[in-house]
Amino acid sequence: MNALDVLLIAAAALLALVPLALAMGQSPAGRWVIYGGSLAICGGALASALWALRRAASWDAVLPLGLPWIGARFHLDPLASAFAVVVSLGGALSSFYALGYGRHEEEPARVLPFYPAFLAAMSLVVLAADAFSFLVAWELMSLSSWGLVMARHREAGNARASFVYLVMASFGAFSLLLCFGLLAGPGGAYAFAQIRAHPPGPATAALALALAILGAGSKAGLVPLHVWLPLAHPAAPSHVSALMSGVMTKVAVYAFARIVFDLAGPPAWWWAVAVLVLGAITAVMGVLQALMQHDLKRLLAYHTVENIGIVFIGLGLALAFRAAAMPLAAALALTAALFHVFNHSLFKSLLFFGSGAVLTATGERDMDHLGGLIRGMPKTALAFLVGCIAISALPPLNGFVSEWLTFQAILLSPQLGWWALKLAVPVVGAMLALSAALAAACFVKAYGVTFLGRPRTPAAEAAREVDGFSLAAMFALAGLCVCAGVLPGFVIDALSPVAHGLVGGRMPEQASQAWLTIVPIGEARSSYNGLLVLAFIAASAGLCALAIHAFASRQARRAPAWDCGTPSASPMTQYTATSFAQPIRRVFGAYVFAAREQVEMPPPGDLSPARFEATVHDPIWEGLYAPLAAAVALAAQRLNRLQFLTIRAYLGLVFLALVGLLLVLALWN
Amino acid sequence: MELSGALAIQGGQMALVLALAPLLTGFIRKAKARLVRRHGPAVIQPYRDLWRLMRKEVVLAESSSWLFRGAPYLIFAATWVAAALVPTFATGLMFSWSADLIAIIALLGAARFFLALAGMDVGTSFGGIGSSREVMIASIAEPAMLMVIFSLALMAGSTQLSTIAGYMLSSNVGLRVTLALALVALIMVAIAENARIPVDNPATHLELTMVHEAMVLEYSGRHLAVIELASSLKLLLYASLIGCVFVPWGLAPAGASWQAHLVGIAAYVGKLALAGALLAVFETAIAKMRVFRAPAFLSAAFMMGILGVLLLFVSRGGLQ
Repeated sequence: MNALDVLLIAAAALLALVPLALAMGQSPAGRWVIYGGSLAICGGALASALWALRRAASWDAVLPLGLPWIGARFHLDPLASAFAVVVSLGGALSSFYALGYGRHEEEPARVLPFYPAFLAAMSLVVLAADAFSFLVAWELMSLSSWGLVMARHREAGNARASFVYLVMASFGAFSLLLCFGLLAGPGGAYAFAQIRAHPPGPATAALALALAILGAGSKAGLVPLHVWLPLAHPAAPSHVSALMSGVMTKVAVYAFARIVFDLAGPPAWWWAVAVLVLGAITAVMGVLQALMQHDLKRLLAYHTVENIGIVFIGLGLALAFRAAAMPLAAALALTAALFHVFNHSLFKSLLFFGSGAVLTATGERDMDHLGGLIRGMPKTALAFLVGCIAISALPPLNGFVSEWLTFQAILLSPQLGWWALKLAVPVVGAMLALSAALAAACFVKAYGVTFLGRPRTPAAEAAREVDGFSLAAMFALAGLCVCAGVLPGFVIDALSPVAHGLVGGRMPEQASQAWLTIVPIGEARSSYNGLLVLAFIAASAGLCALAIHAFASRQARRAPAWDCGTPSASPMTQYTATSFAQPIRRVFGAYVFAAREQVEMPPPGDLSPARFEATVHDPIWEGLYAPLAAAVALAAQRLNRLQFLTIRAYLGLVFLALVGLLLVLALWN
Repeated sequence: MELSGALAIQGGQMALVLALAPLLTGFIRKAKARLVRRHGPAVIQPYRDLWRLMRKEVVLAESSSWLFRGAPYLIFAATWVAAALVPTFATGLMFSWSADLIAIIALLGAARFFLALAGMDVGTSFGGIGSSREVMIASIAEPAMLMVIFSLALMAGSTQLSTIAGYMLSSNVGLRVTLALALVALIMVAIAENARIPVDNPATHLELTMVHEAMVLEYSGRHLAVIELASSLKLLLYASLIGCVFVPWGLAPAGASWQAHLVGIAAYVGKLALAGALLAVFETAIAKMRVFRAPAFLSAAFMMGILGVLLLFVSRGGLQ
């Protein structure tokens, strides 16, 4: 039995949990069986995916499913193994978290049956090796996650969120369907091996790229296809939000990488321009939108959009280097992107788990109703802090390493010969730097408003620590963030066969470097050692604390806050999420979101309250989707008349349609 | 021998930056005072202040948490590690390969992250105003700094600071437009990052104009001493960085004799004095801007950085 068999059996076992969940969804034991079962299965899948990645081999399997003369093909290569690791790791930790978190589910029968199906579908997408099984798994993934978004259908806004999600998911699947149709060609060679053997011509490949961007990009959350994401991800239960943000978007990245790097043949240089520009816009728009939010889960969801932008910047650079036949640089850029995929799955899951813990403890998602949780929930606060540092790309944690690698790849790009790239790459680098800095601002806000300061509501004041399963899952992820940050060489080495398979180059082996330093290209060029940086910080902080302990006064006294001599008793005078973002809203939002602030001051002597109103517009929703929705509504209204015709008129319409089609056919030939 | 030498240089540098940082702050204060015909406090006044603060008891706000007490040490540690990796008098630092220039700037970013969180911790409106303005300034200053790093790294073919300094010392640099743009951008970023006039005023206690001071408003005693020392270190770090990259003369190369190192130290002190004097003159001659003019100031630095990088991209076929 090889690794692929194990993974397929794991997916089948997860699917087998679905009828079980239907049967025992209402009983309290259901939670233990379903989440415990998912945990065990994902743990096994994780072990076998890790082993497969380490072996860097490929396996094939054909199962007698689907159309009898085709069957369903599955394939496990290093790329699939790497993403199988992400899927099964995320699945295992989410299941573990849900063992505790699921206790608070009001209607478990609405969550439990969809959950294992969602996990199985994501791993099947990664394993699929023909267009049919890929699309079936993709649709199962969309539908099961849609069911999970609808789990709390009575809450305001959730029905709309899942409707928008369904529309966008159908659009994405339709694009991918067309994309595979183009790649397969008129002969209908739908197996990936056949597509790979007969790469399409340049025009077809370009069209396939565009469709892959639309199809995979809409699932991943590329701007402007991201609109469903900040609605749907927060609506689901938190462990599912973690899976949707941390893992499902990564499956979409996998689909993009599989189609563009593996199936569509050698890339043209301008593909890279398109991907880079989209990635850069996505990164900056995502983080700016995240800064404007005051709902914690929605902030995290918008932040996923930013991270997807960073991943796509890495993928775009890899495409450019591949088109320029620079395999080493392409391997560096691709490794940076995949490393960020792995990192983001870790810290975004951690942060969604943390937001779930906050939701459990307080019943609040709105940061402006929280505050001071660090006292009631110190452990959650610590784990969440690690996630915030990691996602803000600060050393020595893992987010920094992948962004550092992306910067190193950007610094190699003057060697690219095309003018459009020469002009685009520096600007993309600047936008990446901007989004990294804004991300730090965003998480100072998220952490500061939620966990620090004074409680703004009685619910926040009464918050207590959550159960042990949730805490253990969060600390496991925090530990992984630290490990991947201080020992990045092992992750890079593990990703090396993936890069070799896709772009034909390898980064130098990192595990053999002295002191576990990472050296992407050459020692004189750049190197970074997270372990030493962490050790130095710990040593300096320890030294400083010792010196203070030895020489300084040890007295401490508690007193009311000073606040320039004018302390205010009301916690409402603290900065809120909205006021914290005010400077950035003024600087960036005035252009991007047409943000306006209106202050109405009553004249002196008038006792009516002063009013302050800040308005923020979403340019993409208002500029693209609202007109589109209006057009669809208008067309539906006009076409409504067609429902009330006579039978003669219908027959006439059918005849006209036939004539029209025949005419088209005649002109075509 | 070589190893112990490198270790000695590394240790010497760590001690030197720590010892000199308050002196630079004191020197700038003295110079500013003399420029407006005041006597001003003694140059060693910052040391006395630190000692006084250390001896005092800490008054903690009732609503402060463990993060408030731990943050000063982390801020200091991150700043000190960053300062230890910028070549001051010699390039042969033992651990210069453990973090390149991007990582050094990111370490400063980590320090700021904790400082901003500490500002939010007590839950006062001044802490919030300081933190929110600080992250706004940083959100433009950091990318501008990265653009400066890109310019230098593309020219020197490395993001390692010792390699960049070595490249700047070599004869094939010449006068470049990008270098000039990077220098101006770097100085502007350094002014903003260190909360100097015209972006922020280190001496102000006018509530509505504070940024940095508002964040540390609730700190007292030993915690405040550690934070003050960290801000002096940061100022010294930026002065060293500008010196190391743009005025690298006098830097002792790796494996040089001890005389060369003495010359290096003398040159370094001279550079610091010059930088301090220039900063004092600049600060005296200019008025502080409104907070919402600072983004325009920093955007100019950002644009200059991008322009410098673009020039490098279009003017050269590639790196060596």
